[in-house]
Amino acid sequence: MRIRAQVGMVLNLDKCIGCHTCSVTCKNVWTSRDGVEYAWFNNVETKPGVGYPKQWENQDVWNGGWSRKNSGKIEPRQGAKWRILANIFGNPNLPEIDDYYEPFTYDYQHLQTAKLSETPPTARPVSVITGKKMDKIEWGPNWEDDLGGEFASRSRDKNFDHVQKEMYSTFENTFMMYLPRLCEHCLNPTCVASCPSGSIYKREEDGIVLVDQDKCRGWRMCISGCPYKKIYYNWKSGKAEKCTFCYPRIEGGQPTVCSETCVGRIRYLGVLLYDADQIEAAASVSNEQDLYEGQLKMFLDPNDPKVIEQARADGIPEAWLEAARHSPVYKMAMEWKIAFPLHPEYRTLPMVWYVPPLSPIQSAAASGDMGMNGIIPDTKSLRIPVKYLANLLTAGKEAPIITALDRMLAMRAYMRGKSVDGVANTAVLKQVGLTAAQVEEMYRYMAIANYEDRFVIPSSHRAEIVDAYDEKGSCGFTFGNGCSDGKSEVSLFGTKKTAAKNIIAMPKSLKSMKEGA
Amino acid sequence: MDYLNNALFGIYPYIALAIFLLGSLIRFDREQYTWKSDSSQLLRAKQLRWGSSLFHIGVLFLFFGHMVGLLTPHWLYEGMGLSTPNKQMLAIVSGGIAGLICLAGITLLLLRRLLDERIRATSKPMDIIILLWIFVTLVLGLISILFSLQHKDGSVMLLLGQWAQSIVTFRGGAADALLTVPLIYKIHLMFGMTVFVLFPFTRLVHVWSGFAVVTYLTRSYQIVRQRG
Repeated sequence: MRIRAQVGMVLNLDKCIGCHTCSVTCKNVWTSRDGVEYAWFNNVETKPGVGYPKQWENQDVWNGGWSRKNSGKIEPRQGAKWRILANIFGNPNLPEIDDYYEPFTYDYQHLQTAKLSETPPTARPVSVITGKKMDKIEWGPNWEDDLGGEFASRSRDKNFDHVQKEMYSTFENTFMMYLPRLCEHCLNPTCVASCPSGSIYKREEDGIVLVDQDKCRGWRMCISGCPYKKIYYNWKSGKAEKCTFCYPRIEGGQPTVCSETCVGRIRYLGVLLYDADQIEAAASVSNEQDLYEGQLKMFLDPNDPKVIEQARADGIPEAWLEAARHSPVYKMAMEWKIAFPLHPEYRTLPMVWYVPPLSPIQSAAASGDMGMNGIIPDTKSLRIPVKYLANLLTAGKEAPIITALDRMLAMRAYMRGKSVDGVANTAVLKQVGLTAAQVEEMYRYMAIANYEDRFVIPSSHRAEIVDAYDEKGSCGFTFGNGCSDGKSEVSLFGTKKTAAKNIIAMPKSLKSMKEGA
Repeated sequence: MDYLNNALFGIYPYIALAIFLLGSLIRFDREQYTWKSDSSQLLRAKQLRWGSSLFHIGVLFLFFGHMVGLLTPHWLYEGMGLSTPNKQMLAIVSGGIAGLICLAGITLLLLRRLLDERIRATSKPMDIIILLWIFVTLVLGLISILFSLQHKDGSVMLLLGQWAQSIVTFRGGAADALLTVPLIYKIHLMFGMTVFVLFPFTRLVHVWSGFAVVTYLTRSYQIVRQRG
């Protein structure tokens, strides 16, 4: 056993309101730059839908993730190493920018400079790539927001597999949910495995997966390797970029920007201890539906004295062990079993997990329109088909999803009884296998969701590893040769001037006014 | 004429090699962030897969073909039973085929770079210059095949080989071997050597990394970095 720690995330989809605050704050911090304006390290999709980029979940199209060979070994679905190298001149599995969307802005200036006319002037869309006017915007990062677009297009959603989807096209039966997505910081990442230059790596101390921008050569195999399509090619810099899990914040014990700014308080961050020796075996399980449970087996009980002893021997700091004991992620994934990995069938062992959403059923159940399972409404007749959620979170296995939804329903019934009727309904708890203490803790974490319960992040203790004095006067975050003491204005090697920013030229009219003054 | 010949084929090769090697080294050391293949596949996949694959396969064959063909000592292949006229015919046929494959690829790439508005808009001047330069070099090389067919005894090939071998072994008077060689070869040589001069200042530096990726075959799939 070799214990490593990772900061994992859980998103409670039951409370996501689809406001996109996470996406916008993430973009403001990380991707408001040339070349990645189309890239959303965090985005929120309305499901059912084909998502961003289009049909990212359909690996028959994109060949992302891993596939298991008859020998029991796994290899990237896009091919073994020699095949990845053979495709290096042209990657057959790479999405085109139109699969995301052509990034655009608007010609706002025209609103001020247009001549007097009968109709109000319009600001036409302008492509950020070519700088030319676009006739029509055909697609965007969030084109299907709140079930936008026709059902025929949206229902290409891969999670409809083995679901009679036609009935959900009618207004009466339609359903929707939000799915915020970011890099999964997998235990068995295909992006790392696909990189010919070895520039992508997982950090041992916190499990964050990063691209070494200096070592990346732009072979773009990681983009097709990642089944979540959460590595993006910066078309300006020619390098791959991805969600950094806001590692500078995590190192300082702060939550990621998306988590910090989530208005619905749906995000949780906490330490998980896992056995690194089990990674390959857990990812190679023969039955896809066993992958979820297989991954659960890797996670170690932070209260077990043997685990603590081994973790200390493996160099995990005391503060991290303490944080692991209070980890909300551990509680939701392991103790209550209400959080699940996103598409475990990709065999990447993802570390951003999701609590499945309940759908509006209480009133339907109360009015007798819906079946009851004992005292709680029957989960199987929820508005969102259980099969759909299972396809999303457990490779199609319904039992764990039903248990989770039942527990959430039971929590509501119990707390409602306690606080409205003044009667603690313990029968409902017995039905779902929870104790009163557990369910009240669940309520505290999920309904109240205090800041200190949601985010239990130990700082990285860098001071113990590196001599901070050596970092005095160093250059911090830079792109390229930012610390160069060279003074030349032009770059010899055909790149943009260091620290240059693309600034749209001031319109002539304003320029002449300024110069005249 | 003698002076010019010596300057271009006795001295310029060393200048070109020095810029190629030192320039690559300095850029690798100082400007890692700019060291990349600079793929434009994301912006337009059309023509890229065919164009890029054909071009790369062709140009790699041509590169190694030139290396082996020019630098193998005369006595070595003679000793292996390959006569000079036969060697020239082998070079003409294999190089001609690889050249045409490469030409098809680079034509596609060039058209795409010049005519596709996305690719054109995101091209740096050097992207276009180097592509045009290689295109011209390639076409000159293909034209020189027609001249080679006029003297099938391989005498010119021997002179070119003698020149290249004298250059890499630092023997003086290398340029003298080229005094009687037809002009078309000399122009091709000039363009070819200049590719090495331009190399460190363009995206071509990814060639070094392209050869380095063979290490991928032997490494483990997962990479975990320790802190510190």
